[in-house]
Amino acid sequence: MTTALNGEQVARRINKVSPGAVVASDKAAVVVTSESLFKVAEFLKNTPALDFDYLTDLTAVDYTDYFEVVYHLISLKHNHSLVLKTRCHDRDKPVVPSMTGIWRSADFQERETYDLMGIVFDGHPNLKRLLLWEGFDGHPLRRDYL
Amino acid sequence: MTLLEQFRLWLGGIWPDWAAYLVPGIVGIVVVLAFVVVLVIVFIWFERRLLGRFQIRLGPNRLGPEGIFQPIATALKILLKEDIVPAKSDKVIHWLAPVIVFVPVLMIFAVVPIGQRAILTDLNVGIVYVVAVSAVSAVGIYMAGWASNNKYALIAALRTVAQMVSYELPVVLAILGVVLMAGSLSMTQIVAAQSIPFLVLQPLGFVIFFLGTVAEMNRSPFDLLEADSEIVAGYHIEYSGMKFAMFYLGEYGHALAYSCIITTLFLAGWQGPFLPPIIWFLIKVFAVFSVIVWMRATLPRLRVDQLMSFAWKGLLPMAIINLFVIAVEMLWLPEINLWILVVTNIVFAGVLVLLWSRLFSLGGGRVEV
Amino acid sequence: MVIKTEPFILNIGPQHPSTHGVFRMRVTLDGEVVVDIEPVIGYLHRGIEKMGENRTYTQIIPLTDRLDYLASMTNNFAYVLAVEKLAGIKVPERAEYLRIIMAEAMRISSHLMAVGFFINDLGAMMTPVLYMWREREKLLDLFEMVCGQRLTYNYMRIGGVSQDIPEEFLPALKKFVAEMPGFIDEYDQLLLQNEVLLARTKGVGILPGDTAINTAASGPVLRASGVKWDLRKADPYSIYDRFDFDVPVGTVGDNYDRYWVRMQEMRQSVRILEQAIAQLPGGEVWAKVPQLLHPPVGEVYGHIESPRGELGFFLVSDNSIAPYRFHIRPPTLINLTALKDMVVGWKVADLISTFGSIDVVLGEIDR
Repeated sequence: MTTALNGEQVARRINKVSPGAVVASDKAAVVVTSESLFKVAEFLKNTPALDFDYLTDLTAVDYTDYFEVVYHLISLKHNHSLVLKTRCHDRDKPVVPSMTGIWRSADFQERETYDLMGIVFDGHPNLKRLLLWEGFDGHPLRRDYL
Repeated sequence: MTLLEQFRLWLGGIWPDWAAYLVPGIVGIVVVLAFVVVLVIVFIWFERRLLGRFQIRLGPNRLGPEGIFQPIATALKILLKEDIVPAKSDKVIHWLAPVIVFVPVLMIFAVVPIGQRAILTDLNVGIVYVVAVSAVSAVGIYMAGWASNNKYALIAALRTVAQMVSYELPVVLAILGVVLMAGSLSMTQIVAAQSIPFLVLQPLGFVIFFLGTVAEMNRSPFDLLEADSEIVAGYHIEYSGMKFAMFYLGEYGHALAYSCIITTLFLAGWQGPFLPPIIWFLIKVFAVFSVIVWMRATLPRLRVDQLMSFAWKGLLPMAIINLFVIAVEMLWLPEINLWILVVTNIVFAGVLVLLWSRLFSLGGGRVEV
Repeated sequence: MVIKTEPFILNIGPQHPSTHGVFRMRVTLDGEVVVDIEPVIGYLHRGIEKMGENRTYTQIIPLTDRLDYLASMTNNFAYVLAVEKLAGIKVPERAEYLRIIMAEAMRISSHLMAVGFFINDLGAMMTPVLYMWREREKLLDLFEMVCGQRLTYNYMRIGGVSQDIPEEFLPALKKFVAEMPGFIDEYDQLLLQNEVLLARTKGVGILPGDTAINTAASGPVLRASGVKWDLRKADPYSIYDRFDFDVPVGTVGDNYDRYWVRMQEMRQSVRILEQAIAQLPGGEVWAKVPQLLHPPVGEVYGHIESPRGELGFFLVSDNSIAPYRFHIRPPTLINLTALKDMVVGWKVADLISTFGSIDVVLGEIDR
């Protein structure tokens, strides 16, 4: 069975490495700030006991005051999983660092999130619209689109 | 003395010279054209039904009894379609290409012996004529690909030139083996020299010639010119209407022509007991064509670099060695009992094929970019 | 003297016999060698994620059918598993067994189609396709017996399946399961030692194991590269832990391995089907679930092993009748991330066959 790691324990480990990164944590997920996201991701990938080498899912949810970008991570070696989240409160120009340098699977998923939600991923090599055509105005999956 | 020449001599007694020269010619051409067109239609039907049986389904069987009117319906449909020419294409070459592909196919049938003296003209360089004429189709296909102003057609055209040029060489060398054993270039002499069919006397030559002509015909597994899962119909992608019909009929005409040539060169043409010669000829042509359809149904297609290495590193050295061995046999042992020659040649062919399959791999790999 | 050459851009366009749907690739070619490739998608985008936010949980099930339309029941399965995980609903035993039977039969049908069309892309003129579709027709007849549909089934419901199987289903399924290994042997006899097939697929389009993990490939693509990761064994969902089956793993990660893994997976699916038929209990097939389901506030990520990879559904609920956010993790879109690595340096013909071996379905990529 893939064990879902307890978010609070992982949050404590993250705080030891980069203090102040964790915003909130509960049993299911860890929420970090977007500035520290890249360092936290590298820590999660490279630490031998955690070893999260597989980024399964990258998506975003539009709670009306903020966007929340959700990352589902799995470690194939230890067979455990974790949910990592980050929030951005700026609705006009939300910026989150890109994970393509660490996990290449973020490539298409970040493009799709940019396309449908409007979140700009800083550092993505080719941030163009994926599903909609170039020149489309707006970001359809936002709650205030239609 | 062919039947036509006999007819002309008889007419020369009755009519003036120019009529005695013209009428047998026209009669002969009409007969040959009718033969070719009818057989091409039958071939289309035969292939579609046979392919269906290989693929555990029935072929077309609605139009007419057992579907024999299906090719006519196909031909009518194609003829009635609108003839679309791309705007930026080279109009003259686009128009000329189907002609250049189709006409050489018809010209090959001038020297195919259907019966004992039933041949249009008995050229004493018959087989050289066949080789020369069949090479012209390659130019036609290249013209079709180039003039379409379409990148897919261009890829197909360039592949064509590479494929057809490289497969001419093993084919010609295999023919030379047959010519050495028959002692003459004329088609009727080659048929007459086959007391034992050259299929058994020169098995390696037969295999090389067969594979080489399947490649010349652009049929599976060498059909990457019209690979419809990659370049979507290749060189005739921009053709419709009558021009496409000429390409389509030309493809089956090629198949028919090369089946006839294989029958003449290796299967002893029209010879056989009991039945009239033309029936034997048709049986053998259909047998060869069935094997070709069988190859089409079973084998996937080769990639272009694998195809080229098969021709240059596989077939060509074997063809040269085959020619050398046949020449040695003809020089030193011309009067030996033919069955000993059969056994020797079969053993030699087996050894060579085994050796080549060990040493030779269909190469080509990743290119560093 | 150096001849000047220049690469040209070819559009293997949305309409093409071998792109398995409306998929466009802008390929930069140098002669016949692929230099660069850029996939362009979105031709089948229907906005399913946005539509999901305006429909009740049960109304989304027909929408999920149209994602991976070649393996529709697995989409239904993944979605209802996610909702049941979110709402804490327990499914009756008979329904669990029926779901497994349908999922594994779906896997066989999807792999038959995938392998058949992969070899069709290589140029074998539909012959393997027609041999494999002979069996697929039997499977589609079985599905029609159960839910009346051949392509988009809409069979699973939240809390079970929509209706019980008719009487003639089990004998027909037993007959199919008894004959199928013989048919797979027939395909192997036709294809496994075929010279041209081996020459075209061995060593072509290699995806190394660590690239596969980094680009989150899943399903047969990941297993062919040597990584033994199958969600049915690693994270068993439903009642997969009661069945005994192997997970075939390839060695090199070339086209031939992907084809081989799929053929072996079909054999293992037949094994699971035999065990499921033997253990099938009686009982009801649909738990008592309110018509308008109000799951508690929270989020869930439910994933299963579909024939193409890891299909996941991410649901965020705010205790209303429709989900707040409905996101689909498409296996084939993420498998395509590594397409450029697999294809650059090979020829046009290899591009088509490698793309065929990844086995994409555009409904899932574009949603």
